[in-house]
Order: sequence, then structure tokens, then C-alpha cells
Amino acid sequence: MNDSSTEADTEKLVSMNIDQDIPHEQTVEEIVASLGDTVGQTRVDNPKMSCTDVNVFYADKQAIFGVDLDIADNEVISMIGPSGCGKSTLLRCLNRMNDTIPICKVTGDLTLDGENIYGKNTDPVLLRARVGMVFQKPNPFPKSIYENVAYGPRLHGLSRNKADLDDIVVTSLKKAGIYNEVKDRLDQPGTGLSGGQQQRLCIARTIACSPEVILMDEPCSALDPIATAKIEELIDELRENYSIAIVTHSMQQAARVSQRTAYFHLGKLVEVGGTDDIFTNPKHELTENYITGRFG
Amino acid sequence: MKRFNHEGHTAHQFDVELNDVKHKVMNMGGLVESMVHNGLEALMNMDAELGKQVSDDDRRANQFELDIDEDCTRILARRQPAASDLRLVLTIIKTISDLERIGDEAEKLGRISVKLANEVDVPTYYKELRHLGDHVKTMLRESLDAFTRMDVEAAFSTAAKDEAIDQEYATFSRLLISHMMENPRHVSHALDMSWCARSLERIADHSCNICEYVIYLVEGKDIRHANLDDMRKKLL
Repeated sequence: MNDSSTEADTEKLVSMNIDQDIPHEQTVEEIVASLGDTVGQTRVDNPKMSCTDVNVFYADKQAIFGVDLDIADNEVISMIGPSGCGKSTLLRCLNRMNDTIPICKVTGDLTLDGENIYGKNTDPVLLRARVGMVFQKPNPFPKSIYENVAYGPRLHGLSRNKADLDDIVVTSLKKAGIYNEVKDRLDQPGTGLSGGQQQRLCIARTIACSPEVILMDEPCSALDPIATAKIEELIDELRENYSIAIVTHSMQQAARVSQRTAYFHLGKLVEVGGTDDIFTNPKHELTENYITGRFG
Repeated sequence: MKRFNHEGHTAHQFDVELNDVKHKVMNMGGLVESMVHNGLEALMNMDAELGKQVSDDDRRANQFELDIDEDCTRILARRQPAASDLRLVLTIIKTISDLERIGDEAEKLGRISVKLANEVDVPTYYKELRHLGDHVKTMLRESLDAFTRMDVEAAFSTAAKDEAIDQEYATFSRLLISHMMENPRHVSHALDMSWCARSLERIADHSCNICEYVIYLVEGKDIRHANLDDMRKKLL
């Protein structure tokens, strides 16, 4: 075979390739549209917070697609899904943490006790006192254990005098199950505690502001199994007084602590239902694939 | 019908473990199926040797149960399966318990065949027992097929056969009673036959259970103690 014929062949091949249909790669929007409606009951009888048709954009990129979801009174709802599925984004919308990101735009209705939390009259600082948040990494202030917990109540004027404040600090530390471990060193820096203790201190700090809802963004991912068990035990106790939404990558944790589970995929709420049902007999194929570890 | 697949895990080793344990259940199913067949043949042909072999096979079936139980325990501890994987492991744990009992019933057939091998005065109702036995064998085979293929439709139609077998058992029992009244010297033998028929009827019950587990496995719905027709209409 001489050179010219090779060239001709190559050209032919190239032109054939151009003529062929290049497989069309689906965009996120197309995939989301193909997922269909959310499977399961998104609404509950006693909603504490409600999301209706919530969309979130980071600049041009849409991160959440039309999510409807209720968080009931005194329930733990877990949000699960692969990385980048929008579960943390939605959680952050619930106490307007996304306000701090300039390119972030939230549309749709988000209500707390029926009041729009994105309304003109809503003060985000007060909202965050009602809807507290615990983060993935324990992040105590570089202050004493006492001050860590006292900071919020003092800021919001929840105490009339020192005795009141002392009472709030002790009660919060007790509720967070850490009081006995730190009662002798309340003046020591919070950053000197172990990871698990720091996280419980952060929970105490959140509780001190008497929130109605607690949002937890992977609260145990930096903790060992014993500290994790303590936090889970705490979540169970806190449920009596608060509504809790927890984002977690640990499916077992979601199964252990929550009453309802919501599965997100590419910013879409795919399925929501009783945790018992989701973990034994999920309805949507994607949920099944995710919780059985079949995600490619 | 729901698609059912227990492969495709990101952790490939999990696929291997589930496949492995599932194959063991199939092998165990094959073993007890042959035990029921041999037990019945031993009885029909007065073959003491074959009857004894069924007893030996029962030990293998027991060992299968222990092995598979251990495998399932390990999977539960190490993989914490959820959803269909969890249902598969639960189904297997329950299925092998029924298979082991089927093995026990087959062993009873074998034992009675050894006892009766030297009898000379053979009554005439063996034909009916064989008839019952053939139906039970078919039901067992179909339930194992339904398990292997995870076929809900087959599981429903096989489970539905249990009623006919119960009726056949009742008819056979009546036949034995009248025979005992007519021939009091055959009472002992007829009682043995009654035990055999009882074992066969129990095997059908266990097969029915396996079908119910298959439906639970695929559909996620527990249909035990429910009306079969209603459930079938709801699911299929």
C-alpha cells in the first residue's frame, strides 16, 4: 500500500466518522428530567419546615431541581445521596447559609412554621437561632468551653443575668451529653477537647440558642465509632424536643438514626419515605442502586 | 414484574460472595430434591440400600445448612447488606431452613423404607402414595426453579398447588383408615404409610414456604399468612 492510498483511506475514514452520529452525551438537565417525579410522600401532617419547588443555582449551574420536601415536628430526616447530589446545598438553604455565597440563587418556597424564611422581614441571624446547624468538622470558637456555649445566648439576649447564662450553659452541655466530661474545666479552651467532645460541644452551642430545628451536615464523618455512637444516641434524645435534618454519607447511620430518609441524585429528590421502607424495599431503582453499593 | 439482579456492586467481591452463597443454596436444593426422589423410590421398590443412602445424604444436607448459615452471618457482619441484598440474605437463611427440613422428611421416607424392606404382604395402596409423591416432587422442583430464576409468577403458581396436595393427602388418609378397618393386621403398615404421606405433605408445605420467600425477595412484600389470590392480583 502506498502513501497516497493510505492518505485517501484516512480521509475516507475521517469523513465517515464525521457523517456518523456522534453519541449525544446527556446534560444534567436531561438526566434530571428523565428521573420523573419524586417517589413517596414528600408531605407530612405536622410539618415544621416545608420546601416547595425549591431550585438552587450557583451562577448558571443549577444544583437543586424543584425539590418538594417537609421536615416534620420531632422527627429525624436523613438526606442521602452521592457526592454533589445537592443534599448539603438543600440543608444550607434551610437556615440561609447560602446567603453568604454571592453567586448562589434560591427560588421556591421555604417555610418555617408556615412563614417564608426568605421573606423580606426575616432576619437571617434570628432564623439561624431557630434553625441551628452542626457542621462536618467540629469548629469550636477559640474560646473557653463556657464561652463557646454562652456566646449564642448572650448574642440573642436569651439570659437576664450571669446565673441565667450559667444555667443555659450547664443545661446545654448536659443535653449534649458532655457536661460530666468538661464540668471541671469550663474555662479551658474548647479546641483542647477531643474530636468527639468538640463535636458535642458544637451541638451544645447549637442547643444553647434554643433552636426548633437542628441541621447536621455529616456530623460524625470526622469521628471514631464510639464518638459517633454517642452523637447518634444524642440525636435520638434530641428528637423529643427538636426536628432534625441530617446529611450523611453513612447509610448505616441514616438507617440507625432517622425516621424518614430522602435520596437525592444530581440535585433531584428521587425518593423519600420511611427509613424502614427505604432500606428494605426502596421503590426507585437509583435508590436501590445507591444503598446497595451499586453506583458505578 | 420487577427486575431482580444481585450483581453489579462497586465492591466486586460482594457479587462473588452473594453468587457463591446462592449457588450453594441451589446445590443444597438439588441434593434434597434427589433425597426426596430416592426416599420415594426406596419406599416403592422396597430398596433398603437406597433408603440408607438417603439417611447418609441427610448429613450432607445438614452440613450445607451450617455452611450457608455461616456464609450469611459473615455477609451480614461484613457487608451490612440493604434493600434487595438484605432480602436475598434473609431469603437464603429462611430457605435453607426449609430445605433442611425437607431433607429430614426425605430421611424419614428412607428410614421407613429400610424398616419395610423385608415385608412380604404388600398392600395395594402404594399407587396412591406414588401419585402423591410425584405431585410433591414436581412442586419441590418448581419452587427451586422459581428460586433459581427469582421468578415471582412461577412462585405464585407453584404455591397455589399446595391446596391440591393437601386434599390429596386427606383423601389418602381416608383410604388408609378404611383399609385399616378392613384389614386390622395391616394397621402397623398403614400407619407407616400414613407417616410417609404426612412427610410428603410437609415437603409440599416447605416448598410453598420457599415460593413465598421468593416473592418476598423480588417484590419486597411479605405474603406469608395472606390470601394468595389477593396478593397475586396486587403484585402481578
